[in-house]
Amino acid sequence: MTAEIRNWVHIGSLEDIPRQGARCVKSGDMTVAVFRTATDDVFALEDRCPHKNGPLSQGIVHDGCVTCPLHNWVIALETGAAQGADEGRTLAFPVRLENSRIYIDLSYSHEAV
Amino acid sequence: MTRQKLVVVGAGMASGRMLEHLFETAPDVYDVTLFGAEPRGNYNRIMLSPVLAGEKSFDQIVTHDADWYAGHGVDCRFGETVIAIDRENKTVVTGKGETPYDRLVVATGSAPFVIPIAGKDLPGVRAFRDLDDVEAMVAAAGRPNAKAVVIGGGLLGLEAAAALRLRGMEVVVLHLMGHLMERQLDPAAGFLLQKDLEGRGIRVHCEAQTKAILGEDRAEAVLLDDGTVYPADLVVMAVGIRPEVRIATDSGIHVERGIIVDDRMQSSDPDILAIGECVEHNKMCYGLVAPLYDMAKVAANTLAGKEAAFRPVETATQLKVTGVTLYSAGDFADGEDREEIILRDAAAGVYKRLVLKENRILGAVLYGETSDGGWFFDLLKKGTDVSDMRETLIFGQAFQGGAPLDPTAAVAALPDDAEICGCNGICKGTIVSAISEKGLSNLDGVRAHTKASGSCGTCTGLVEQLLQVTLGESYNPAAVTPMCGCTHLGHSDVRRLIKSKQLKSIPAVMQELEWTSSGGCAKCRPALNYYLVSDWPDEYADDYQSRFINERVHANIQKDGTYSVVPRMWGGMTSSKELRAIADVVDKFDIPAVKCTGGQRIDMLGIRKEDLPAVWADLGKAGFVSGQAYAKGLRTVKTCVGTDWCRFGTQDSTGLGIRIERFMWGSWTPAKVKMAVSGCPRNCSEATCKDVGVICVDSGFEIHFAGAAGLDIKGTEVLGHVGSEDEALEHIVALVQMYREQGHYLERIYKWAKRIGHDEVRRQIMEDADRRKAYYDRFVHSQKFAQVDPWSERVSGKDKHEFKPMADLTREAAE
Ligand code: SRM
Ligand SMILES: Cc1cc2nc3c(=O)[nH]c(=O)nc-3n(C[C@H](O)[C@H](O)[C@H](O)COP(=O)(O)OP(=O)(O)OC[C@H]3O[C@@H](n4cnc5c(N)ncnc54)[C@H](O)[C@@H]3O)c2cc1C
Ligand code: SF4
Ligand code: FES
Repeated sequence: MTAEIRNWVHIGSLEDIPRQGARCVKSGDMTVAVFRTATDDVFALEDRCPHKNGPLSQGIVHDGCVTCPLHNWVIALETGAAQGADEGRTLAFPVRLENSRIYIDLSYSHEAV
Repeated sequence: MTRQKLVVVGAGMASGRMLEHLFETAPDVYDVTLFGAEPRGNYNRIMLSPVLAGEKSFDQIVTHDADWYAGHGVDCRFGETVIAIDRENKTVVTGKGETPYDRLVVATGSAPFVIPIAGKDLPGVRAFRDLDDVEAMVAAAGRPNAKAVVIGGGLLGLEAAAALRLRGMEVVVLHLMGHLMERQLDPAAGFLLQKDLEGRGIRVHCEAQTKAILGEDRAEAVLLDDGTVYPADLVVMAVGIRPEVRIATDSGIHVERGIIVDDRMQSSDPDILAIGECVEHNKMCYGLVAPLYDMAKVAANTLAGKEAAFRPVETATQLKVTGVTLYSAGDFADGEDREEIILRDAAAGVYKRLVLKENRILGAVLYGETSDGGWFFDLLKKGTDVSDMRETLIFGQAFQGGAPLDPTAAVAALPDDAEICGCNGICKGTIVSAISEKGLSNLDGVRAHTKASGSCGTCTGLVEQLLQVTLGESYNPAAVTPMCGCTHLGHSDVRRLIKSKQLKSIPAVMQELEWTSSGGCAKCRPALNYYLVSDWPDEYADDYQSRFINERVHANIQKDGTYSVVPRMWGGMTSSKELRAIADVVDKFDIPAVKCTGGQRIDMLGIRKEDLPAVWADLGKAGFVSGQAYAKGLRTVKTCVGTDWCRFGTQDSTGLGIRIERFMWGSWTPAKVKMAVSGCPRNCSEATCKDVGVICVDSGFEIHFAGAAGLDIKGTEVLGHVGSEDEALEHIVALVQMYREQGHYLERIYKWAKRIGHDEVRRQIMEDADRRKAYYDRFVHSQKFAQVDPWSERVSGKDKHEFKPMADLTREAAE
């Protein structure tokens, strides 16, 4: 493989997302959930729970994780991996925060690494 | 080696235990086929009483599930009764055919005794033996004003009576003898018990000779010899049992009262063993599980080819009626050569009696205070000479050897072979070594490893004390279940501390109460948010990020990520205008499904999140507000047509329902609250299974509470009777406010009321007018901040970010 190619896209600013909340970004058929934690870190996951496709953007954000609104699976925001006894993983995308402007790279998911 | 064929007849308590031992001692010797007349596997029969009382569910008392049978390769033939044993060909016969055996175990238990009187076969007459009986009784209890007559005032009859009373039935107990439980209790203790039961609203009639059960198509009443008639929708016969030996008798093996077995549990046919209540050993038949479990162990050893012998044992009994403590063991008939020691403490409701012969305990009856039961029983079984402690014996173990001991020290002083769990025959040594060897730290662990306190549960306190003795400081028996992994505090403590420390935000709670996680979790945050909303209605700013999605966006999320919308229809009333507005919204937004809910209103399902504000705007124009079908808050108030239309209506039930709903909508509660008002006791709005229900009667309003009809089914309790609509409203509001202030998050009213006691609720709401008024006023105050329609708020722009995406990259990605 050649050098890493990055495709950062600006999607909005930190203030657009409530603390411990999430907003959605549409991209074709895919919806991406962008989360903001209590400590103002930002993460992006595909908005589909590995369990039964629940919209993770609608869950409760806590401790670097989100609890799915449908059946309470807990998904790590950084990796997209289900926590505890549950198994599964959702796509996680790299995010960059520059002076509260949020950039996301959809061409590249952590899962692929 | 080819396995032998073991056939077991009867899937009851004895056979379940025997199979466990057998698979432990000789896992690969037999292929087991298990026949059971009941259409289900082994369960803990003695816990049918709490199931009948609604304190446990059937699932909680199943001892062996499908996985267990499958794991041990047991061929389960439940619902298949064995009708004959063909000893010549070594097969058992059922309606479906024959099954060969090499060894056979008969564990058919016993059959309830039915007194041969007219009417005994009428529908509505039941025994109390298996789950089918329990289900039939529960169904009978569900009828309005249902009445039960229990024939038999022994252990079984009284457990049935107390349970049926808890289910709201009017209950009469008929007992042939002069006092209750005469086989276990002396007259004085029998009298105390009778008073106790009467205090719970159970009527007791001793020396009652039942003559007939009256009724045409089903039981309607019970007639006594002296002419007394008790009306009855349900008649429970609990007059005794007899060993179920029919197939054994027919096959020609030796049967007297029960199937005769030797010390190894072998019948007169060496290939056939028998265990359980169907057995007679040494002229004794048993009706309690402890000796049956011993038999089970012996039989397993015999089958495994090991030496073992059954020894007759003394049995002790306890009555499993919540709130009644009673213990009896041994023999306490009067006799020339016997002495007795009695202790009475009328104020404390305590009665204790010991029967001695030649300085050894023969029998013990304890009522009201039973913690020394195990100690007396131990002295009894060992035949210990008690001359040295005669003076203080009756005061219990704590008073022996000088200074009084605390209960834990008393348990510490017990010898290793003292029996702690009578049901399972587990002694102290076994429990203590399990705790230390397996590193157990709590009750569940001890139950899992030793079975102690896992059957009837009355020895739970002793087991906890043993944990205390063995683990010392590191065990805290009073430990409450923490709210979640972020704190060691339970819900009650957190609620108390929020008030006393004046904590008014989630971070303040987490800081002051030393939360161990940085920002809480999805369990504690919604709970804390509710407690703060409820306790500081005018000061706390609701934290929407700590609410579950439904409450955050005021609609119900569906499995495909769309939402459903349920507007209020006050008291279930609607109009052509409202219906037209709904029809228009459905067309305009292409809503895929419209449904009448179970709550007397209309649900529109499958709405895209982005469309929600526009849907609400249109509904709002027609006068609709949110139905809060998603909220831990007031849901619906169902009504019936009442005096407006119905020929039986006694009050304006529709009007009262609408009034309550308009008064209380918008309030947040620990869990959802559903109500109903029925215009007469026919109860068409199903008020008697709601969190709060009202039954209108000619003289006013009967207020009910603490019903459930979801995961659990439970009829309501009566709160009390009031004369006017205004009073009804005040009482209901006060009740709900009391619950709002005390309930644990997600705890429905019926669970809360059970935790704090129904009588306590009645006392505070019905009897204490000042307190009721104060609750009422606090509710009214909080409504000032809560009664805001969340839909119209969002239509005017609140939380806009929730309803539209932050960006759409579709175009950019394509470029
Ligand atoms: C729509 C409705 C079914 C229907 O089509 O009729 C319904 C739908 C749901 N019920 Fe229900 N329940 C509905 C009446 C009932 C009733 C009947 C009643 O209210 O008279 C009961 C039994 C009564 C009771 O609550 O005791 C009922 C007992 C439950 C339970 C069990 C609650 C319990 O504590 O035992 C749940 C689960 C829960 O709340 O945790 C539940 C949960 C749900 C949820 C919210 C499941 C969920 O978490 O997503 C469903 C939402 C579907 C949706 O989006 O609309 N639903 N649910 C009814 C709405 C009534 C309304 O107008 O508001
Ligand atoms: C409500 C209740 C409360 C009780 N409380 C206590 C208590 O607190 N403490 C205590 O020690 N004891 C208590 N007991 C007694 C205890 O439950 C019994 O002693 C125990 O269940 C007997 O076990 P068993 O295996 O002999 O018979 P069972 O548990 O009755 O099992 C026998 C099984 O065999 C089945 N069967 C019968 N004939 C056939 C056939 N021909 N073919 C196939 N299957 C057949 C029956 O349907 C039954 O399921 C209570 C009993 C009841 C009913
Ligand atoms: S019973 Fe209630 S919770 Fe269950 S599927 Fe139906 S609507 Fe959903
Ligand atoms: S879909 Fe997320 S937990 Fe089931």
